Amino acid sequence: MKSNRAAYYIKEGFVSIFTHGLMSFASVCIIVACLIIMGSFTLLAYNVSYIIGQFENENIVLAYVDESLSEAVARGLETQIRAVPNVASAAFVSREEAMESFVGKYENKSLFEGIGADVFRHRFVVYVKDIELTAYTQSSLLGIAGIEEASANLSITRGLVTMRNIVSGVTAVLAAVLLIISLFIMSNTIRLGTFERRDEIAIMKMVGATNSFIRWPFIVEGFMLGTMGALVAYIAQWLVYTLITDRLTGGGRVSFITAAPFQRMSAPIIVAFLAIGILVGVVGSSMAIRKYLKV
Amino acid sequence: MVRMGDVFKEYENGTKALKGINIFLDDGEFAFLVGPSGSGKTTIIKLLTGEIAPTDGEVLVNGFNLSSMRMGKMPHLRRTLGVIFQDFRLIAKKDVYENVAFAMRAVGAGGRDIRKRVPYVLELVGLGKKARSYPQELSGGEQQRVAVARALVNNPRLIIADEPTGNLDPPRSLEILMLLQKINELGTTVLVVTHEKTLVDRLSKRVIAIDGGRIISDGMDGYYDYYEEQ
Ligand SMILES: Nc1ncnc2c1ncn2[C@@H]1O[C@H](COP(=O)(O)OP(=O)(O)O)[C@@H](O)[C@H]1O
Ligand SMILES: [Mg+2]
Repeated sequence: MKSNRAAYYIKEGFVSIFTHGLMSFASVCIIVACLIIMGSFTLLAYNVSYIIGQFENENIVLAYVDESLSEAVARGLETQIRAVPNVASAAFVSREEAMESFVGKYENKSLFEGIGADVFRHRFVVYVKDIELTAYTQSSLLGIAGIEEASANLSITRGLVTMRNIVSGVTAVLAAVLLIISLFIMSNTIRLGTFERRDEIAIMKMVGATNSFIRWPFIVEGFMLGTMGALVAYIAQWLVYTLITDRLTGGGRVSFITAAPFQRMSAPIIVAFLAIGILVGVVGSSMAIRKYLKV
Repeated sequence: MVRMGDVFKEYENGTKALKGINIFLDDGEFAFLVGPSGSGKTTIIKLLTGEIAPTDGEVLVNGFNLSSMRMGKMPHLRRTLGVIFQDFRLIAKKDVYENVAFAMRAVGAGGRDIRKRVPYVLELVGLGKKARSYPQELSGGEQQRVAVARALVNNPRLIIADEPTGNLDPPRSLEILMLLQKINELGTTVLVVTHEKTLVDRLSKRVIAIDGGRIISDGMDGYYDYYEEQ
């Protein structure tokens, strides 16, 4: 009886899709277009983050220890440094190591004759978690007693962070607008179905069909249109993304930026597309059927 | 079963369609509802089917109190009713069989029950051979018989027909009324709105006459000339 009912809903939903095939096709196309635009912007935002992430590995703050402190005391500061918010890790570099690595950069060792390690300072190489908070982390580190100075190169990443924020903002606004547009188109498509079948619906009501019985085929229709849109959009998104990133990064040859590979995001994208497609389909059809269920 | 007690109906635009209607119909009865155009007949039918709500008074149908019923109960009430309209209201793109089967499917009947019940009902209304015809291939009388079959198929306790013969010639009208009488004899309560004076007189049934939203007579004897004398 129950599966019987489900079969009926699915059959009716399919029939409805094909009785106004052109409009169904149009609404799938709109969903596909909206999803691809949303998806592309999300991928762009993701890539900016991804590239920032690549820089983040190099984004360090050097925290110099007060000269008057012994190495043992200086090393002891590590726990305090690690406790600072946004610090990912901290590595101690003694003044001897610092000198070695400095001197090591030059061929002519004689330049440094007579220069002792005491002109260098003990320091920590501090890696931050979020590049955006670097300046804040820098000042927190300065607040630790025994840290004399903290230096960071903020300018490299500032531009990227601004870009990420702009792209994320645009993506969010665009996604909201496109969601409303697809809902509108979807509900109009289903409305066409309910209009074609208004006599049937009236008779169903008259003989005592429940609202949910009348509603379900249209929900199924919306669900199927949304799912189809999501699947087509996913494949199209894949092709478009691969094509564009290949162009930009020179077909996989060496390049100064690397785009995130599509496979890395394929699972969240298909899930998000299906979720949005199905949401648009189901909500759109509920909106469309509402007025016929009153009487 | 119908119990309408002191029912008033005023439409949103201020039209007072019913002004204190009392109609009592027991299970198994057959009654005609007659009256001039605009006297409130369709309003009464719509109150009985729950399409509109009374402004005042009680409306009970088959044990459901429509004045105080939750909307969720409406499908339950309607499953005890069979409604027939002047304009047949068949679905053009479904054949005769599907037009009737559709009403069973709408209330969740199973395939086996449908395959058993639909041919039986079509036979009952004399359309056993027309199951695969489409409405536009049928005469008006045949189309109305499809509508009767559809009203009957869910085995209702009360059949309500609003001018079922309004679009038919007198011989076809008589056929439909005879069919409704036969259905009544099989145990279903029947209420028929009609204008067919001669036919009503021939069937000698209970006749409820209304005018201007009030009952002007209710009985088994020749009432019908009432407003022709006016
Ligand atoms: N939906 C409506 N809104 C306002 N007035 C209505 C509506 N339906 C019917 N009426 C009025 O109510 C009165 C009774 O109408 P109705 O019940 O349809 O009469 P009948 O079926 O006997 O011809 C008429 O005056 C009609 O114009
Ligand atoms: Mg009328």
